[in-house]
Amino acid sequence: MSLLKPGHRGCAGCCDALAGKFVLDAVGEDCIVVSPTGCLEVFTTPYPESAWGVPWIHSLFENAAAVASGVEAALKAMGKMNNTKIIAIGGDGATMDIGLQAISGAFERGHDFTYICVDNEAYMNTGIQRSSGTPMYASTTTSPAGKASFGNPLNKKNMPAIIAAHGSPYVATASVAYAPDMIRKVKKAAAIKGPTYVHVHAPCCTGWKFEGSKTIEVGRLAVETALWPLYEMEKGEVTGVRKIKNRKPVEEYLKAQGRFKHLFTMEGGAEEIKKIQATADWNVKHFGLE
Amino acid sequence: MRHRMVVVEGSYAVAHAVKVCKPNVISAYPITPQTHIVEDLSQFAADGEMNCEYMNVESEFSAISALIGASAAGARTYTSTTSQGLALMHEALFNASGMRLPIVMTVVNRALSAPINIWNDQQDSISQRDTGWIQLYAEDVQESADMTPQLYKIAEDEDILLPAMACMDGFILSHVYEPVILLEQSLTDEFLPDYSPEFVLDPKNPMSFGAFADPSTYTEFRYKQEKAMGVALKRIEEVAIEFSEKYGRYYGGLLDGYMLEDAEIVIMAMGSVIGTIKDTIDMLRKEGERVGLLKVRSFRPFPADEIRKALKNAKVVITLDKNISVGKNEGALCTEVKACMYNNRDVLAPVIGFMLGHGGRDIPISTIVKMINKAKLVEKGIFIESEFADLREDLA
Repeated sequence: MSLLKPGHRGCAGCCDALAGKFVLDAVGEDCIVVSPTGCLEVFTTPYPESAWGVPWIHSLFENAAAVASGVEAALKAMGKMNNTKIIAIGGDGATMDIGLQAISGAFERGHDFTYICVDNEAYMNTGIQRSSGTPMYASTTTSPAGKASFGNPLNKKNMPAIIAAHGSPYVATASVAYAPDMIRKVKKAAAIKGPTYVHVHAPCCTGWKFEGSKTIEVGRLAVETALWPLYEMEKGEVTGVRKIKNRKPVEEYLKAQGRFKHLFTMEGGAEEIKKIQATADWNVKHFGLE
Repeated sequence: MRHRMVVVEGSYAVAHAVKVCKPNVISAYPITPQTHIVEDLSQFAADGEMNCEYMNVESEFSAISALIGASAAGARTYTSTTSQGLALMHEALFNASGMRLPIVMTVVNRALSAPINIWNDQQDSISQRDTGWIQLYAEDVQESADMTPQLYKIAEDEDILLPAMACMDGFILSHVYEPVILLEQSLTDEFLPDYSPEFVLDPKNPMSFGAFADPSTYTEFRYKQEKAMGVALKRIEEVAIEFSEKYGRYYGGLLDGYMLEDAEIVIMAMGSVIGTIKDTIDMLRKEGERVGLLKVRSFRPFPADEIRKALKNAKVVITLDKNISVGKNEGALCTEVKACMYNNRDVLAPVIGFMLGHGGRDIPISTIVKMINKAKLVEKGIFIESEFADLREDLA
C-alpha cells in the first residue's frame, strides 16, 4: 500500500493526492515530510486522523523550506541524519509567492533536502485565487475573465530558473500525468546531496474546471502542446528534455478546461490565444523539445 | 563552592549561559536589530566550543520557523531576537506554542517602529502576550543569564511543553558590562536534564505534527495550552528554588517582594527598572515612607493569586509599564493587575498606572519619586487612573 494512505479528503481526480503518492513511492519510508499550508496538508490530516505513513510536519503557509532546513540541521546536530531524506511538498502559492524568501534562504544555505512544488496554478485551497503560477489568461476568482478582461494578464513565474540560479545541483520539471518520469526525478533529486528541486505540473479538476476523470489527460495535453516542458537541470545547465512527437496546438489544451473557455467565446480571443501559442513555441525552441 | 566573578557584557553572559545549556540548533538573523548574543554564540561555534548547528537564516521569520522544524525533530533549540524581529515572528510564535515545542528565546526588549528607535522598552514582548509563550522578565544581567537554564527546565517539562521567552531590557542589560558569575558547565549539567521528548519526527515511528483541527477539536488544544501554563505557574517557583539550591542565586519565582511586608504604597514593575525602584525605596524608607516593591518576574503565566496575596496590605498600588495599549491609555501590567483584583474582596487598593521609559527614555529616581507623590494624593481623594509619567511638556 502507498505510504500516503487512502481515506483522505482529496477530491476525486485530485492532482495533489497523486503527487503526494508518487513522491512517497519515490523516496520510501526513510523520510521526513514538511508541508506548508495548502490542500494536501488540509485533506490529509483532519485531526485526529492522518494519511501520512511517514513523519510529517505542517507549520505555516510561508515557512516550509525554513522548517525543513531546521529539521535537517537538527538531524545533523544530533547525528541522526543517516540516509533520511527531508522532503518539502508545497503548492504554487506557498512556493512561488509567500514562501519564496524562505526557499531562497534554504537553497542558499545548501541544506540537504528536496523541495517539491506541486503546481496547480492557483490558490485552490482557498477558492481558486490567482498566484504567480497562474498562466496567462486563466480565469480565477481574483483574475476573472470579464467584458474588459481575458483573465490573468501576467505570465507564469519561471520558478525552476530561480532555483537553478541559486546553484542547486538538481532542478527538474515533472507532471503528475507522467508518473514514471516524475518518480524517477524525485528519486534522483532525493539521492543528490544538497538542496534539490522538482516542479510538478498538477492539473486541478476543481480549479481548472474539467471532469475529475481527466486529470491525466489534461496534464498530458500541457506537455504535448509544449506549454509544460519536461526537463532536468544539473548545476544550472539543461541536461535532459522530454522530446515531443507530433506537437499539438495549444487550443487542444485550453479547450479541455473551463478556466480558458472565455478565450473561445470573447471577441478577440483567437488573437490572445496566439500569445499563448507563442509561449509554447518559445519553449520548443528554448529547450529543444522537437 | 566559591564562584568567580567576571566583568562581561550582558549579551556575553547570556550567550555563555546558552552555551552551557548545550542547544543542538541555534538560528538567528542579524538585523532589526540583533545583539551580541548571537555573535558570541557564533564565535563559540566557530571555536568548536559548542557542538551545535548554527544557522544564519534570511529573516527572523525563518529563524523561528527553522527552530520549529528542529524542535519537532527532537533538538534543543535557541534563538534571540528583539523588537522588529520579534514582531516579524508573530505568526510563528502561535504556531510553536500550539505545537507544544519548548523553544527558548532571549528577547532583548526594544521599542517598535514607527518612529524607528533602537532603544529599550517592552512593547515588543508585551505585544506577544497572547501567543502562548512563557514570559519571564529579568532584573539584571545575572538574572538574564540564569533564566536560560531555568527556562529550558520549565519549557521542556513533559507536563508543560511550551516555548519560553527570557526578556531582558535592551542596552540597559544587553550592552552593559556588569560583574557576573558565568554559569558553570558542571552545575548546569546537573541542573538541566538532557532533552528527550516523547513526540519527535522519526521515520521509525511516524507521527503527524501540525494537523488540521475543525471546530469539534480546536478548543481543547487551546484549553490544554492553558492547563500547561497552570502547571508552569508551579514549576517556575520550584525551578527558581532548585536553581538557588544548585547555584546559590535567587530572584523570586513568579514574583519577588522588596520592603513589601508593611508597605502602604506598592510599586509593581518588570525588568531592569527594578534596581532603580529599590534605590528609590531605600532612600524614601530612610525618610520614614512605607513604600515597597512587588517585582513581576512572570508575566505569562500571570500569577494572579500570588499578586492578590502580595498586595493584601497595600493602600495604593502603582504599576509601571514600558509599553502602551494605544486607545486604552494603559500599559499591560496596569490592565492585568486591575483585572486580577476585580472579582476579589481581599484587595481593595486602587491601582494607578504610569507609562514611561518608552523608546529608551531614562527612568531616574526623581521620576519614581514623582509617581509616588502622585499616588499619595489618593488619600486626599485625588485619583489618577493612568498616565504617561515622563512626558516632555514642550513636545506633548
